[in-house]
Amino acid sequence: MSDKVIIAEKLTKRFGDFTAVDAISFEVNRGEIFGFLGANGAGKTTAMRMLSGLSMPTSGKATVAGFDVYRENEKIKRNIGYMSQKFSLYEDLTVRENIRFYAGIYGKSSSFIREKTGIVLKELHLSGEADKLVKSLPLGWKQKLAFSVAIFHEPRLVFLDEPTGGVDPVTRREFWNLIYEAAASGITVFVTTHYMDEAEYCNRVSIMVDGRIDALDTPGGLKKTFNAVSMDEVFLKLARKAVRTAD
Amino acid sequence: MKQFLSFVKKEFHHIFRDIRTMFILLAMPVAQIIIFGFALTNEVKNSKIAIWDQSGDAATASLVSELEASRYFEVEQAIHSPGEIGASFKKGKVKLAVIFPPHFNEDLQHFNKAQVQLIADASDPNVANTLTNYASAIIMDYQNRITQNRKMPYTITTEMRMLYNPELKGAYNFVPGVMAMVLLLVCTMMTAITIVREKEMGTMEVMLVSPMKPFRIVLAKAVPYLLLSSVNIASILLLSKYVLDVPVNGSLLLLIGESFLFTLVSLSLGLLISSGAESQQTAMFISLVGMFLPTVMLSGFMFPVENMPLPLRTVSNIVPAKWYYIIVKSVMIKGTGLHTVWKETLVLSGMLVFFLGLAIRNFKIRLA
Amino acid sequence: MTAVTVNNIIKRYGKKKSVVTALHGISFDVKKGELFGLIGPDGAGKTSLFRVLTTLLLAEEGSATVDGFDVVKDYKEIRKRVGYMPGRFSLYQDLTVKENLDFFATIFNTTVEENYDLIKDIYSQIEPFKDRRAGKLSGGMKQKLALSCALIHRPSVLFLDEPTTGVDAVSRKEFWEMLKRLKAQGITILVSTPYMDEASLCDRVALIQSGHILSIDTPQGIVQQFGKKLLAVKAGQMLPLLQALKEHPAVADAYPFGEYHHAVMKGAGRQELEAYLVKRGFEFELKDAEPDIEDCFMGLMRDGR
Repeated sequence: MSDKVIIAEKLTKRFGDFTAVDAISFEVNRGEIFGFLGANGAGKTTAMRMLSGLSMPTSGKATVAGFDVYRENEKIKRNIGYMSQKFSLYEDLTVRENIRFYAGIYGKSSSFIREKTGIVLKELHLSGEADKLVKSLPLGWKQKLAFSVAIFHEPRLVFLDEPTGGVDPVTRREFWNLIYEAAASGITVFVTTHYMDEAEYCNRVSIMVDGRIDALDTPGGLKKTFNAVSMDEVFLKLARKAVRTAD
Repeated sequence: MKQFLSFVKKEFHHIFRDIRTMFILLAMPVAQIIIFGFALTNEVKNSKIAIWDQSGDAATASLVSELEASRYFEVEQAIHSPGEIGASFKKGKVKLAVIFPPHFNEDLQHFNKAQVQLIADASDPNVANTLTNYASAIIMDYQNRITQNRKMPYTITTEMRMLYNPELKGAYNFVPGVMAMVLLLVCTMMTAITIVREKEMGTMEVMLVSPMKPFRIVLAKAVPYLLLSSVNIASILLLSKYVLDVPVNGSLLLLIGESFLFTLVSLSLGLLISSGAESQQTAMFISLVGMFLPTVMLSGFMFPVENMPLPLRTVSNIVPAKWYYIIVKSVMIKGTGLHTVWKETLVLSGMLVFFLGLAIRNFKIRLA
Repeated sequence: MTAVTVNNIIKRYGKKKSVVTALHGISFDVKKGELFGLIGPDGAGKTSLFRVLTTLLLAEEGSATVDGFDVVKDYKEIRKRVGYMPGRFSLYQDLTVKENLDFFATIFNTTVEENYDLIKDIYSQIEPFKDRRAGKLSGGMKQKLALSCALIHRPSVLFLDEPTTGVDAVSRKEFWEMLKRLKAQGITILVSTPYMDEASLCDRVALIQSGHILSIDTPQGIVQQFGKKLLAVKAGQMLPLLQALKEHPAVADAYPFGEYHHAVMKGAGRQELEAYLVKRGFEFELKDAEPDIEDCFMGLMRDGR
């Protein structure tokens, strides 16, 4: 099996005469934390949709977890996890029911679910809240739980779409701890964020501007290239060039 | 006032830019009139019947031709045994069998008494009922004619006349019902939904934190629907007159006035619902279950209220559409004036005061 | 002169058994012409507080005034003179940019022309798209339109509830520049945000968490209150480094902070820590660090726990 979890070559998506994603090429290695940055409307969401098998590219090639995005999108979906700030868990189900439901979708056996639920709840210090409704949990806990649910079926790759928006700084760091652990266990993490300090926590970062990937390197490399002291500065230097404003 | 007009203008923008709203507001009423007027009618036309004529004489022949001549029946087949009756019913085409015993004419001439048997397929009881009624009427008619010729003494003849609706057209029933339904749909449901939509979108927050008086916001949202309701009343009346041949027999002015009253009642119900509902789905659900269903079931336009058990009859009294339905039927179909419907008008006015009062009382000048 | 006073506001939701307290006795003042930030994560109570101040919600206890008027008694007066931009940009998506602005102007008994000078700076950026429906605008443009609409009646106090949430770093920068220019026009601005880095752009900030105010001061004042030695450390292996830092007795807390880890020291102990890290075999870079608002927020959260 290849060590590349994502291989994209000139991946392009056009809507009419609007090119949302303009021939992007990049690779993501197994176990890597890959930061996917870009201003609003730069094409991040469209690119993520193509990579997660939700949207057909217009042209170009890409494989995700070894599967082709054109022909094997159902297999892709089975081998990835997804979590966003907006959509995560069912508020009116309990913690345990949410885990059961999502694990069930991925066809995991009852014994696997039962065993792993115990481990996950313990890790999150949620054992006491297993039968509480999700809506009674604080936001930070919900986000951590949502992440654990997204990787419960042990996917090769997990997409995180602004997972820490609005979360307090302490919980935000606890969340990143979970990301590190997942990456250490071999799960590749593909993450978008508006917090520039979080970009520093990634192994490599790509920055999209107007549908293209304008920069891709380690945070240290980017700062060197753009002669900047922080990722914030790198981002501003790149994103200020953007001409397009539409979402 | 300028604020108010600007709000109303904005509301019309919302309506005209949303194809679904436009459809519900303007196409639905027309569609309902057409569907109820033509498709969902109780009238029976050209029903297939089977004849078992065991007599085969002049009297049966002329009766059969009378049945065939009416626009209700069409003789599909002649049968010759009792078994064939069931068979032809089961095939589903024939709905009624007319059976003449042997010596029909002889019995009629000599004993002044002959029998005809009508066997109907009662799997649809309404149709069966209507068919046997029609057939009996034709036979009765025939009997009356021959007895008149013979000038028999002591014969009591019953003469029926269908007043106000001589042709027994279903449209006479449906048009008032559809008017009630459309006004409820537009005024109650659409008004409730549009107000709740602003709550969902968060624009209500900004509107409340503006110098515009809260109740005026809601009123401004209701005005366009009030105007559109008048368009709907006009289009329904025009359609019923020129397409369904249902005339307005009474005063048009009175009819419009009563419709306006009912519109206001519906609007206050819409406002009342909107003050309680937090999502568009809830508003829709309450409107449908709380308003629409009772209107269809209990206003008398689908099922006669007089035949309902007492509890249902009692409940039907709080359904505004019931009173409106009575009024429209009286004014539009029977052509009566205010002197016959003042009681119903009073009930509706009372409801208006009550619901509007409740809506104002429940109206929130804040979010919670 | 005070534009806003908040006195021991308590806000509860729910009935009897499942009562949730969103605000536990909040008090602060905002001076006229101040740019005041309410900084805290989602669920801290920022929106509840803004709704109480904009007369949309009644607090269970306490009192508050805006522009000298009581939020309960004089809600009508307040509604005439404040501008409010709720968390979700509350625009009519099916109206065009111009229609939205005209509508809000009329509702507030004014015209676009009358106050054009105030919004010109912001509105001119979206004016080329004035016939586009608001629903078709990008996030940054929606934000500008919503701000124009909230300003159109020249409010004396402006409430902006999370105006930069979900907006990218570039648009956020631009937005704060706009706020500075508005402040120069004498408008009092209360803005809430979950982004700690935005605190330094305010005159004064209140850090809020779980319905409690952790601290109120100027951004510099808050940083000065930090009162502990802060070190920034980085090494090739960041995760083991964090673990090692946490295990050292002189370290009160250690957490990732961008490129570096921050170690909050109990006392001095820099030399000891360096020696310890050398002994643990790390090749590291260690330097003194200036705490920023995020360090302070975490420090205050830790003390509160």
